[in-house]
Amino acid sequence: MAQYLLRRLLIAIPSLLGISVILFTVLALAPGDPFEELATNPAIPPEVRLALRASLGIDDPVHIRYFRWLTSMLQGEWGFSFVSRVDVDQLILQRLPVTLIVIGSSQILALAIALPVGIMAATRPYSIFDQVANTLAFVGFSLPTFFTGLLLIMLFSIHLDWLPFVYRAQIDATGWQWWWEHIKQSIMPITVLGLFQGAAWTRFVRSAVLDVVRLDYVTTARAKGIPERRVINRHVVRNALIPVVTLVALQMPAVFGGAIVTEQIFRVPGIGSLLISAVLANDTPVIMAVTFVFACLVIFFNLLADVIYGWLDPRISYS
Amino acid sequence: MDEAHLRAMIEEVRAGVMTRRAFARRVAGWGLTAPMATQLLALTGAAPAAAQAPAYRPTRRGGGGALKILYWQAATLLNPHFAIGTTNSDASRVFYEPLAAWARDASLVPILAAEIPSLENGGLSPDGRSVTWKLKPNARWHDGAPVTADDLIFNWDYARNPAVAASTSGSYRDVAITKLDDLTVRLDFAQPTAFWADAFVGNAGMIIPRHLFAAFNGPNARDAPTNFRPVGTGPYRFVSFTPGDMLRAELNPLYHQDNQPHFDTLEIKGGGDAVSAARAVLQTGDYDYAWNVLVEDDILTRLEAVGRGRVEVTPGGSTEFIQLNVTDPNREVDGERSSLATTHPAFSDPAVRQAMAMLVDRAAIERFIFGRAGSATVNILNNSRFTSPNAGLPFSIQRANEVLDAAGWARGRDGIRAKGGTRLKFLFQTSVNAPRQRSQAVIKQAAQRAGIELDLKGVTASVFFSADVANPDTFSKFYADMQMYANGPSGDPQRYMSQFASWEAATRANAWQGRNIMRWRNAEYDAALRAADVELDPVKRVALFIRMNDLVVGSHHLIPLLARPGLSAALNNLRTHRSGWDGTLAFLSGWWREA
Repeated sequence: MAQYLLRRLLIAIPSLLGISVILFTVLALAPGDPFEELATNPAIPPEVRLALRASLGIDDPVHIRYFRWLTSMLQGEWGFSFVSRVDVDQLILQRLPVTLIVIGSSQILALAIALPVGIMAATRPYSIFDQVANTLAFVGFSLPTFFTGLLLIMLFSIHLDWLPFVYRAQIDATGWQWWWEHIKQSIMPITVLGLFQGAAWTRFVRSAVLDVVRLDYVTTARAKGIPERRVINRHVVRNALIPVVTLVALQMPAVFGGAIVTEQIFRVPGIGSLLISAVLANDTPVIMAVTFVFACLVIFFNLLADVIYGWLDPRISYS
Repeated sequence: MDEAHLRAMIEEVRAGVMTRRAFARRVAGWGLTAPMATQLLALTGAAPAAAQAPAYRPTRRGGGGALKILYWQAATLLNPHFAIGTTNSDASRVFYEPLAAWARDASLVPILAAEIPSLENGGLSPDGRSVTWKLKPNARWHDGAPVTADDLIFNWDYARNPAVAASTSGSYRDVAITKLDDLTVRLDFAQPTAFWADAFVGNAGMIIPRHLFAAFNGPNARDAPTNFRPVGTGPYRFVSFTPGDMLRAELNPLYHQDNQPHFDTLEIKGGGDAVSAARAVLQTGDYDYAWNVLVEDDILTRLEAVGRGRVEVTPGGSTEFIQLNVTDPNREVDGERSSLATTHPAFSDPAVRQAMAMLVDRAAIERFIFGRAGSATVNILNNSRFTSPNAGLPFSIQRANEVLDAAGWARGRDGIRAKGGTRLKFLFQTSVNAPRQRSQAVIKQAAQRAGIELDLKGVTASVFFSADVANPDTFSKFYADMQMYANGPSGDPQRYMSQFASWEAATRANAWQGRNIMRWRNAEYDAALRAADVELDPVKRVALFIRMNDLVVGSHHLIPLLARPGLSAALNNLRTHRSGWDGTLAFLSGWWREA
């Protein structure tokens, strides 16, 4: 097991290096300039912009910039943002709590919907409940989040005036009031993300359970006279969940990566909105750091999913 | 319009026969910016320094509750010398102040200065080589320390320091500074300078405290803790800041103006998009004020109908225009397109340029596309709706056809005019932005009826306006026959008008950094610009700028379209104090709420 882990971690190093080379090259090839606004301001002479570019080393050749980035990254220095001149790790840490709360709650909501609905639908296939659940799930993942987000804003913020649609990370109130304000402003973004994710997972859980429920050992369990409830919970669901666990584990990096579109609509100051504003401003150090962290998380959770497999299914061995 | 006429008008202002505003409007009609007009009055000693500020009723400091402002672009830093965009300048302006700011009629208003330098008070030297600024004696930093001349000298030194890499360096590098006493400094210019109000004025002029930044005047400028916890002189003092998201501030009890500020707390939330920002003010009333609502006018009108808020229109100096390429974008000379060695095959004929100028239906573009966000103009140096008597051609497809017929451009079998193998088929590019694409379509339709075919092209703004040398689609490369965008002068037109000087032509040799993007070259224009640079007599200088405007507009290589004012959304009970010539929050201390 330890040997397996070590091997996997060693393999991860060249893939991370490869990812960073590709990211850096693509960013270097992309058009744009972090000091675009200076270029269109006639009050600022072009020399000022050139001096700024030179001071940040933007004019050096790509490979020199890449090795400079890599060496400082290896020493734990993530660099600083061209536009805000703040250290990138600080920028990311500032955004992390809100991202974890909003995206994390939406994933929990998605699981809370997908598991019971998917299992119920699979145990009564083609019943009315199954048909309705299937249809709703289909509608759910067919509607993009930017659409449902705007729809909810129109309904709950503008027509009914119940919920605010501008998210504020710092709220002045204390005690219950503080909690209430936070819950009120989080309902819409969490619902939008949770329903979308939940719809996709519902279909997945249903098909996973359907695969297992027809197997012979389930029939055997039923023939032994074990109550239906126990058959489902003990024998069906536990086995059906193996692929679901993989799917959920692979979804975890997204919790840290944020949700670009939804964060933009509700002005949630998460990592997704940090990434999109960095992309729009051609802020290379921030884009590099966020995407690189994301790549690391994907590799890590992949590994984690593989390890959990062995725990869920003892037949899998890591020789 | 001539020099004698101008002098007579200045006399009228001095005698009180004509108001300052009327004067500014009249000279704007001749293509002069309002700041220029104000400077003119100041230099001839005709101006009383009274600013026309909107009424401010609160009779005590504070008590206004919370002021909540929405910016759809978020501020990322709070050091005014690092600001590279309006959002950062605006956010810094909450805490830091300049010596003087540009009011809505483009006159100078003292902020940290005790008074505006003038010839009478001895602040301006008659030879135009120096200006003396006096600080208000009661100005204090948020931590209680007094503001002194040493702070001014420090800011000058800090902005000029190449190791700091300040974006404000352009305003300070050609000036020398001398301390006269604890509250007074003198700025000396190498040559006579008619426009002295640049350093320490407006957005580039915000002053940071020496006692907190002195240790960071070098390569370590980025490490200063005060970069993100500003200690300034402004009406509100710092509470908290998350870059790219939220800025919070509270009333500054030490503020140097009586009864100001009105609000107890201030919150500026960033991010999102312009439409929902307008909604949050006009429709739900969650916020008091939304910055720069770049939204189509009919949507704004519909949101205003809810009755909670209104759209504020703030005129400024920005002008939307079309450029006709002087050089040939389709021929390469030594591997360079749009090279100065070429001339445009069709636009070298004045008749074609005249026809193009007559095919632009400004009135329709204003009325049906831009609405309140643009007003038709025929001048490049302009901020009012007054039309210059000197320049501009009226929209007429029939006249355009006549001009082209007379010049020998005959229609071919496909309806497109041609002469000597050159067809009137042009590539017309602009940045991707709905009103610009719709304007392109309007012009294309009119051109078609005159036998000119336009191919329309839209380039993403972040590419179009970038300085990327490798990209062929940037506006400064100008690899097209025509292009459209907007820019405007800030304060003095000297730098702005250099975008038509021959030595500024954008070429491969200067990595397309030259500001003269349409590559227009005119000896008389160059001479006038050089003369204006050192011309001390303000009246003669104005005449020079009017001549420059008429030369460039009269060539029809440049076709001005619209003056572009700023739009913002405010709740009905919020009383703002805004100027189109300075930052959005330049007069934040004068904002208040009606009970």
